Order: sequence, then C-alpha cells, then structure tokens
Amino acid sequence: MAGRGASRLIQAGFLAGLVVVWYLATTRWGVNRLLLPNPVAVYDNLSDILRSGEFIGDLETTLGELAAAFAISATGGITLGYLISRSRYWIEVFEPLFAAVYSIPIILFLPLFVLFFGLGPASKIALGASISFFPIVINTIAGFGHVDRLFVTAARSMGASDYHLFRHVLLPAASPVILTGLRMGFTTALLSIIGSETLASLAGLGHRIVHLAEAMEMARMFAYIVFVIAIAVTLNAVVSRLEAHGKRD
Amino acid sequence: MAIAVPKRRPALRSLAQRPWLTRLIVIAVLFALWEVAARFLVDPLFLSPPSQVIASLDKVFDTRGVPAALQLTLFELTVAFVLAVAIGLALGLAIGLQPLVRRSFFPIVLLLYGMPQVTILPLFILFFGIGAASKIAFGVTHGVFPVIVTVVAGVQNLKPILLTGARSMGASRWQIFRHVIFPHMVPSFFAGMRLAMSGVLLGVLLAELYVSIAGIGYFTTLFTQNFDPTKLLGLIGVLAAMAIVLNAVVRRAENHFARWRAE
Repeated sequence: MAGRGASRLIQAGFLAGLVVVWYLATTRWGVNRLLLPNPVAVYDNLSDILRSGEFIGDLETTLGELAAAFAISATGGITLGYLISRSRYWIEVFEPLFAAVYSIPIILFLPLFVLFFGLGPASKIALGASISFFPIVINTIAGFGHVDRLFVTAARSMGASDYHLFRHVLLPAASPVILTGLRMGFTTALLSIIGSETLASLAGLGHRIVHLAEAMEMARMFAYIVFVIAIAVTLNAVVSRLEAHGKRD
Repeated sequence: MAIAVPKRRPALRSLAQRPWLTRLIVIAVLFALWEVAARFLVDPLFLSPPSQVIASLDKVFDTRGVPAALQLTLFELTVAFVLAVAIGLALGLAIGLQPLVRRSFFPIVLLLYGMPQVTILPLFILFFGIGAASKIAFGVTHGVFPVIVTVVAGVQNLKPILLTGARSMGASRWQIFRHVIFPHMVPSFFAGMRLAMSGVLLGVLLAELYVSIAGIGYFTTLFTQNFDPTKLLGLIGVLAAMAIVLNAVVRRAENHFARWRAE
C-alpha cells in the first residue's frame, strides 16, 4: 500500500507541473499576455504591492466593512436567536422562516441596497450583515433550543436566577453550536463583502481587482487575486482556530 | 384548594396549536411594516410598497427584453447545473475509487472548494466574454465542488463487509461497482446535487449581476440606475421565487431517492 509519502509527492508534482505549464504557456507557447500574465511578472507585481503598501487603503476598507457587518449580524443574530429560543412555540414559528430565506441567494438584493445606500461602504455592510445574519441566528436557535432540559431543571431546583441560568448553564451548553454559526457567519460575510465590492463599489479589495481587470493590467490583477485569496485563507484559518479553541472542554 | 387556571381565549388557543398560522401572521405583519414604511417614511425613489410592486409586476414583464432575459437566465442555470453534476460525478468517481488518487487530489479539491471564487469573477469575464458562456462557467465552478466532495464521501463510506461479501460471491469489478458501490453512493450524490443547485444559483446570479448584456443582470442595473425600485423589487421577487422553486425541486428529488438509506 502506497504510504503518505507517495500522495504528498503526487500533490507536489501536480502543483509544480501546473506552475511549469503556466510559465511555458506564457513564454514559449504564445498565449496572449492579455489573457494570462507571466508568473514572474505576477510575482514582481506582488512584491511591489507588498513593499509599497499600496494595498493598505483597500484592505482597510474591506476589513472595516467586514468588522461592521459581522458586529451587526453577530449581536443581532445571537440576541434574536436567544429570545426566540426561550419558547418552543416561537422556535417552531421562526425557524422554517429563517431557513427558507437563507435558501435564496441574498446577493440578489444587492441592487436594492445600492439603490438605498449608494455605492459606498454602507451598502456592503448592509448586505454583509443581512447575509451573515442567517447562519448565526439559525445556529443560535439550535444551540439554545437543544440544551438538555435536565440541566435547566437541576439549576432551577438549586435556585438559579435567570442570569445565573444563562451564564452557567445555557451559554456553556449552547456555545459549540453558536461558535460554529459565528464562524459560518464570518466566512459568508467576508465572501459577500468581497463579492459586493466586485459588483458595485468605489473602493476596497474587490473593487481594486475589477479596476485592474478593466485596465487590462493582468499581472497586477493576478497579484491582487493571490493577495486577496491569502487574506481570506488566513482569516478563515484564524476563525476556525478560534472556534476549535472555544469548543475545547 | 382550587387553583384558578387562566382560561386562554379560544382565538389564542387555536393559534397556539397552529404554528404555521402564526408564521403567516408574522409574514403578514412584516409586509404591513414594509407597506407603511414605503408609503409614509421613505422617499419613493428608494423604496416601493409591496402593493405597488405586485400591481406593477405586469409592467415588469412588459419591459422589452425581460421575459427573454428570464429565459436566458433559466437556460444558464440549467446548463450550468447539468454540467456541474456531470463533471462532479465523473471527477468524484475518479478521485474516490482509487485510494492513492484520493489521498493525493482530495486535499487539492478541498482547497479549491474553500477558495473565495468571487475574486476571479473578472477573470472569467475576460476569458469567456460577456455572454452566457461566462455565466455558465462561473456557475459550474461553484456547483462542481459540492458534487465531487459528496460523491467521494459516498463512495468512501461503504462498509468493507459489503465489498468482502460481494467479492466472496465472485462479483467482477464492474458488478461490484454497479450493484454495491453505485447504489450506496446515490443518497450522498443527491445531497451533493442539492448543494450544487445552491452553488450554481449563486455563481450564475453573481456573474449576471457583474456584467450582462441580455440577462437579468442587465435589467437590475437598468432599474437601479433609473431609480425604479418598483420594477427592481418586482424583478428580484421573480428571481427569488425561481430560486426557491429550483431549490425545492432538487430537495424533493433528494428526499425521494434517499428514502432507502439505511440510517
């Protein structure tokens, strides 16, 4: 049976082969530079962007929108989720509603948000908050709603107040599911914000990529694409790490 | 000692027994709030009341090009879905059936699945043009990964005893595939199709909203720039309904074919 070494070798070989094919396609095989830039040019542009700090303005815009959107959807989602989860009846009323709305691609409403809030950060924050609200509220309802009744009865019989019940029983019991919801909300918020910046914006990382595409500056655009993917992967890894850490115990 | 039990009013009682009714009332209340806000609180340039939106739906369909655009979008969605499922099934089987291939390539698949694809949307337009091809391609790349992942998972979760049993009865490789592996994979495959439909919807609509010359993205941009929230909301409503119907169809198919699943 081939061991782990063989599969790693195949992976490395595959990826290296891709880069080689990319390089050859642009230098030897005559693929138009306007379609596919030279990987060396991409690397040069990337180091130039990083060294000159050109990315900082757009990065600030995007991360600022992300922070605002996530703050709104997290507080709103957890609060509303907790309030709804207090009664089995209201869970049954609202849960299918949220699930049904979440199944529509809410990005459809972006034109409406742009009409309402303009091309600035507000429309991106509104869309990001709207989209990331749903996984958070759905997971919060699931988390608080499925706490073992035995814990609640035991705590109440020992004289726990509402606050004590929440802090020492409900919150720890529900937090794994809520943390998953928060992670999903964060990831979808990031994707929605980059997406809405691509579609209709005046600033931000998504807009920068579109701007470079329209200017046909392929190498620089590729460099920014690599940069944005790296940022997204890093943020997702950090959030997943936080989720796992919060679930420890 | 008699304990006084508060008598619930009959109307509230019947509501308490019918959560679906309360759900409808909640929706009605939300629509009412929207109506009031649009009529009295917000500038009509930015928001239209639902009564006006529904009444003007026929005007949306009368706008030259809208029905054709809706047909085109439906066409793009269908083609993208079929391609995503077919390619995903082929790649999923190719990756899932051979352990070495799976160990090598599945991590790459997962890496690509987690990538924010919206960053390369301008690239798709540059490669495939501004017509339907780029929308279909972008939809396929969004829909193909869930299918690959679920097919690989479905093929993998096979109990080894089933394989041993089939082999001990003298089944050939093809027979094992057709009668053991394939039926076992079908429930996961249909779950993957459901996710593929969501992905395809997202991909095609994103590409449409980015640039469109004859699709619905053209008209959402047109209505936005003309400050026509009535027609915009009408169009979005129709698209949302289309998304709900497509999702429901695939979910129905999944429930139907997954019924025999052994858990």
